[in-house]
Amino acid sequence: MSILINKNTRVMTQGMTGKVGQFHTTQCKNYANGASCFVAGVTPGKAGQSYEGIPVFNSVAEAKAQTGATVSVIYVPPPYAAAAIDEAVEAGLELVICITEGIPVHDMIRTRYKMQGKSTILLGPNCPGLITPDEIKIGIMPGHIHRKGRIGVVSRSGTLTYEAVWQLSELGMGQSSCVGIGGDPINGLKHIDVMKMFNDDPETDAVIMVGEIGGNDEEICAQWIRDNMKKPVVGFIAGMTAPPGKRMGHAGAIISGGQGSASDKLAVMESCGIHITRNPAEMGKVMQRVLKI
Amino acid sequence: MKIHEYQAKEILRQYDVPTPRGIACFSADEAEAAAQTLGGGVWVVKAQIHAGGRGKGGGVKVAKSLQEVTENAGKILGMQLITHQTGRDGQKVRRLLIEEGANIVQEYYVGMVVDRSKQRVVLMASSEGGMDIEEVAARAPEKIHKLWIDPAEGLLEADADAISGKIGLPQSVYPQSRACLRGLYRAFVEKDAMLAEINPLALTADQRVIALDAKINFDSNALYRHPEIVAYRDLDEEDPAEIEASKFDLSYISLDGNIGCLVNGAGLAMATMDIIKLYGGSPANFLDVGGGASKEKVAEAFKLMLKNPSLSAILVNIFGGIMKCDVIAEGVVAAAREVHLKVPLIVRLEGTNVELGKKILVESGLAITSANNMADAAQKVVAAAKGGN
Repeated sequence: MSILINKNTRVMTQGMTGKVGQFHTTQCKNYANGASCFVAGVTPGKAGQSYEGIPVFNSVAEAKAQTGATVSVIYVPPPYAAAAIDEAVEAGLELVICITEGIPVHDMIRTRYKMQGKSTILLGPNCPGLITPDEIKIGIMPGHIHRKGRIGVVSRSGTLTYEAVWQLSELGMGQSSCVGIGGDPINGLKHIDVMKMFNDDPETDAVIMVGEIGGNDEEICAQWIRDNMKKPVVGFIAGMTAPPGKRMGHAGAIISGGQGSASDKLAVMESCGIHITRNPAEMGKVMQRVLKI
Repeated sequence: MKIHEYQAKEILRQYDVPTPRGIACFSADEAEAAAQTLGGGVWVVKAQIHAGGRGKGGGVKVAKSLQEVTENAGKILGMQLITHQTGRDGQKVRRLLIEEGANIVQEYYVGMVVDRSKQRVVLMASSEGGMDIEEVAARAPEKIHKLWIDPAEGLLEADADAISGKIGLPQSVYPQSRACLRGLYRAFVEKDAMLAEINPLALTADQRVIALDAKINFDSNALYRHPEIVAYRDLDEEDPAEIEASKFDLSYISLDGNIGCLVNGAGLAMATMDIIKLYGGSPANFLDVGGGASKEKVAEAFKLMLKNPSLSAILVNIFGGIMKCDVIAEGVVAAAREVHLKVPLIVRLEGTNVELGKKILVESGLAITSANNMADAAQKVVAAAKGGN
């Protein structure tokens, strides 16, 4: 078990004839069951082509009908990425993972508005994707740092997620699934959504939650955890030293109007029973201590 | 991206939001000529910098004669204007806005931002015009009225009027306030704004509703489709190091510490700054070289950090995922040679091809200290920055 994806998931790549799409499709195909999971590519006007034996279709609907893929991963450039999400939602896919960084915020507002009442789940944009170790990886994370196990990881960051995963793997704690929700202000799945899935997953024993400055998603998730979570959660927030009003790389990582600071988030998380650490090198150690391994 | 008040007003006028008549100037002579062109007997001389709180800092003066216009313009131009948003050194004033005076009877606040949790644009309005809205939010939150705007419908006339009513505008001017609110929303969406404020929105004695001040920030991810906004960019208002960084697609922010940080990924870059602080040091910058950092990009990143005179040590923290550690190590070695690095360099590499990467660092013969993990790296760089290396 795992959340969102497993070895039976069938995936299409939107933007597969581009350099980035091809590189990562190869990496994902070579990971665990990737060869049977990655079954289609979509690039308008390129139907009939194939890449490493994966057929390319003109549209998401066509790729879904021909291959049965129900999940897509998007590497389409920013000006066209929101339209690519819209297309996947229209085609009724179950899960859409948007890796693309730099999508205009107003495009995402319109896309999220159109998604209301639809069953499609969106992960990202501006995220590393997600992985269920030893089964399937969909995204740009390095597969080899992961180990199969029972810790869930949810994070807004890319490399900081790898850091958390690596600390866990080094200490012998494998992961059930690792989910990067992305660093943009308007996105799909949030901490709370992924946390609920981990809570319900019988093969997840505990969760590491990595947040960063900006917005109040971590606080909302923390309050849900206080009232509902049956499993221990370890938390870290990046950006303790970030100055207000400055956008720290990620479009969503900005302290504005006196809201979204790391210390405020950590205080709320701690008061909600999350095992917080202010030291990013100790996320794994804190988890070890909490689980008394 | 930020722009000046007079530029924001230019945009608002295109969307039928009335503003006082005004002319942007770069000298006292131009200011006097502008006042003559505008006519009337009262003018406002306003410093144009990318920060709020200009009035309190002495950057906004009312002039009742042409002579006063010239005098005030001369005083304000070139001054280091210090406000709560500029930092302690302030910002040098290089541009002015000369505006016709207006007879104000009441001031209101109107603003828009993107609400992350509701995933919509939110209109905020208050009877407390001219105040810092964050102060109002803290002191009297009930005085801030909010409306989340449906992206398909836009700002409806009835909703605009309801907001006008809540902040106490007289019903007789609803047609004018409606035009202001709806114009502001259309500008916000069509120009890809992240924040827009009319503060104050003023009611004049002759029953006009005008934008007395205006501020608009734009989504930098959307600038590719707005050359007209890019043309408003004023490089004098930006940190030279951050401008330089943007040329190489590096994300860089200057801080006031002495330990340079070069990291891949925004989250890890923030966490690296945090851990330096945690071990008693102080970061000199935020620097994210991105996921696909090339050798050249790493070299440019080094040059950028070294322009900071207070730099006393550098920490490179790379989690090589798709990016291989040996490639990063080659970049670090090449950059260190090219810039004749004199400050201590601590490198922490992890991930793909890490052993190969460490070997390249050792065999370079350069004085590079390797670290085994983030904590080790932070402790070593803090010690090195204090001269204890």
